[in-house]
Amino acid sequence: MTVAISPPSKKQSDGLQPTGWLRYFSFSLDHKVIGLQYLVCGFIFYLIGGVLGGAIRIELASPIADFMARDVYNQVLTLHGTVMIFLWIVPVVNGAFGNYLIPFYVGARDMAFPRLNAVAFWMIPPAGLLLISSYFITGAAQSGWTAYPPLSITTPAAGQIIWILSVLLLGGSSIFGGINFIATILKLRQPGLKLMQLPMYCWAMLGTSILVVLSTPVLAGTLVLLSFDIVAHTGFFNPSLGGNAVVYQHLFWFYSHPAVYIMVLPAFGLVSEILPVHCRKPLFGYTSMVYSIMTIVILGLVVWAHHMFTSGTPPWMRLFFTIATSFIAVPTGIKFFNWLATLWGGRISLNSAVLFSCGFIINFVLGGITGVALAQVPFDIHVHDTYFVVAHFHYIVYGGSVFVIFASIYHWYPKFTGRMLNESLGRFHFLITFIGFNLCFAPQHWLGLNGMPRRVAEYDPQFTLINQISSVGALLMAISTLPFLWNVVQSALSGPIAGDNPWRALTPEWLTSSPPPVENWSGKAPLVTEPYGYGVPGEQLNLEKTSNSDSDLGSKSQ
Amino acid sequence: MPTPFAILTLALVIALVLGGLWIGQNVNLLPIDASANAPVYDELFRVLFSIGAILFLGIVGLVVFSLIKFRRRPGQLDDGLAIEGNLPLEIFWTAVPAVVVLFVGLYSFDIYDRMGGMVPLAHDAHDHQMMDMKEQIWGGIGSVADASSADNGLAALAVEVTAMQYAFLFHYPQGDIISGELHVPLGQPVTLRMESKDVIHAFWVPEFRIKQDIIPGQPTLLNFTATKPGRYPIICAELCGPYHGNMHSKVIVEAPGDYDTWFSNNAKTTVSEA
Repeated sequence: MTVAISPPSKKQSDGLQPTGWLRYFSFSLDHKVIGLQYLVCGFIFYLIGGVLGGAIRIELASPIADFMARDVYNQVLTLHGTVMIFLWIVPVVNGAFGNYLIPFYVGARDMAFPRLNAVAFWMIPPAGLLLISSYFITGAAQSGWTAYPPLSITTPAAGQIIWILSVLLLGGSSIFGGINFIATILKLRQPGLKLMQLPMYCWAMLGTSILVVLSTPVLAGTLVLLSFDIVAHTGFFNPSLGGNAVVYQHLFWFYSHPAVYIMVLPAFGLVSEILPVHCRKPLFGYTSMVYSIMTIVILGLVVWAHHMFTSGTPPWMRLFFTIATSFIAVPTGIKFFNWLATLWGGRISLNSAVLFSCGFIINFVLGGITGVALAQVPFDIHVHDTYFVVAHFHYIVYGGSVFVIFASIYHWYPKFTGRMLNESLGRFHFLITFIGFNLCFAPQHWLGLNGMPRRVAEYDPQFTLINQISSVGALLMAISTLPFLWNVVQSALSGPIAGDNPWRALTPEWLTSSPPPVENWSGKAPLVTEPYGYGVPGEQLNLEKTSNSDSDLGSKSQ
Repeated sequence: MPTPFAILTLALVIALVLGGLWIGQNVNLLPIDASANAPVYDELFRVLFSIGAILFLGIVGLVVFSLIKFRRRPGQLDDGLAIEGNLPLEIFWTAVPAVVVLFVGLYSFDIYDRMGGMVPLAHDAHDHQMMDMKEQIWGGIGSVADASSADNGLAALAVEVTAMQYAFLFHYPQGDIISGELHVPLGQPVTLRMESKDVIHAFWVPEFRIKQDIIPGQPTLLNFTATKPGRYPIICAELCGPYHGNMHSKVIVEAPGDYDTWFSNNAKTTVSEA
């Protein structure tokens, strides 16, 4: 295994690696190239997953199953969930931003294991293509992204097996990434850089990677057993052969609840990087943020059975998981109050990155409140497996993670490309996304409370109007992608030149050129011990260290 | 001039709390309550809705206020205040959510207990029930003993539920009736013993606020007492195959006399009812 060497070294395999745009299609070992590979690849799968979600909303615009055959509908909802989780949010909040930013933040010239890193990325496109192609070749899996047996054993086997293979590949990629992040954060830190001086995203990625490494292997093992049940007719989870279907649910959620934190903790970290820069204030409560992340990591491992309150779970277990789940609200709450305090008294630029970050705070608070409610057994017994839950988790993963991904793209695009995005288009994108998202998912709370179960192609006609409102919201979300795509492509070609540090930020990725050179800094890596050292009380900011000709682009964008 | 600011803040907080309480108590998002459980559930819902409304409006208010009040004006290039933390404030906003969460947890435990959720565990220990005691009954809510003592001493009506792709079958052992719809008498506790023939299904009656998965190989139990006559949907809530969305039935809650008529018209064996 090649280990990147921290001090400046001769460029690795110079001449063998393609340069220019071709390197994004190569087995590049540069962490920045790999990060952008993750981001663009993830975004393509987001568009595919979005088309699938749109197909679901078209089907649900009328109460009868008239748009798709019923088994196709189940394939579509299975693919939608799998693509959005395993091919969009997890690879992007971890792989894309993690690979791009973590080496900068620890002051390294690359990740600890560059080849493993490239391998981890290059497992994703084939896994994704395998998953999507199953729809055209054999028919995709149709038992939902949860693949509960016995349904997953009795539905057509080919699609389900391809689904399992694909998720195993993606899980493997995720584990490789997790090991790499842990090693990089703990072992490649610059001499003199203490753990408690790292930017918050490093802590979020450390916590997330611990969860990935601890829980993803459990999912892999479970899916291997499930595949035995399907192809070899073993009876691990098949009740007709003496197996136990509920054991699968325990094993599945032992991974898949932490998976929520794998999607959300990195987003918390990214927001903690974005807000201080644009508020011109230090991140409030750094230490309590770190402890909150680690508390969420520990609690996140012992709450899985709250997904199983109606699965014949005994009362003592129901109570334990209610209490454990409720208490996650405390560290999560601390983080939200810290962000509010970071906003308070700042000099907030109301740009797209800040708008998406604040949209995230608002959406996630609603998702968190319904989450605490869902943790209560008696509450959950009514709304479990209904559209209330669908609304809740879209507020967490879309209103939370995806809003942060957009905020992060607006924030780091100048670093990625050396050019600025168009602010007006960005704010328009935010507005349409925020309205569309809330119009799509807020009414679904009511649907669930009043009797609409999830994963249905047809429903009681009394719910038609609310479903149509929700579908209009989905249409707005689809439309909102267009100004974003135009902005990203057009700005890459002819956007204003960004300069090294258009936001006057203090974290290390901004203390080099945009885009940064191979190995990140032409000279010695800067030692940044105060990544949030904004704001000198009673004094104007000393602009000397970060000033350049473009430093007021941020203010122009107001 | 700190005093007017403090008074204004206090007034806003009071208005927020009262507004949240009003929303929680007056905005009804639930269908009608047709079982003994439902009003208890609705009580929990209103409390959670009130707390949620206060928190949500408060935080959204703070975000919007901060964005407007602390937005950077043109030409303003200085930084905000270099506040890195405030220990008393941080302790305050750790303690308050902890207390709220603890209250919610204890309160929902009480609700769960009142809905009979804690009983099956104790009930399994007793050995004189109609169920075969060698067979483990999983989950569910409420119990025969609890429900009958609560409601004027009526014995519980036992119904066996079989779920399969894509239908529910209700078997009344007393009259050996098999029905596609569930008929229950008003005010009498009902015990459903449920088992699936193929994949996992779920029994959900939104108007009763109860749901229980029906699992192959593991019988589950569910108890309720209907309190309002009418026809309510029974919905399968667990993805069970292509026709999952079509898997529903009706529960028909009738006055005891009407129920008896239905029962005797359909009973294959004559039984003297208790």
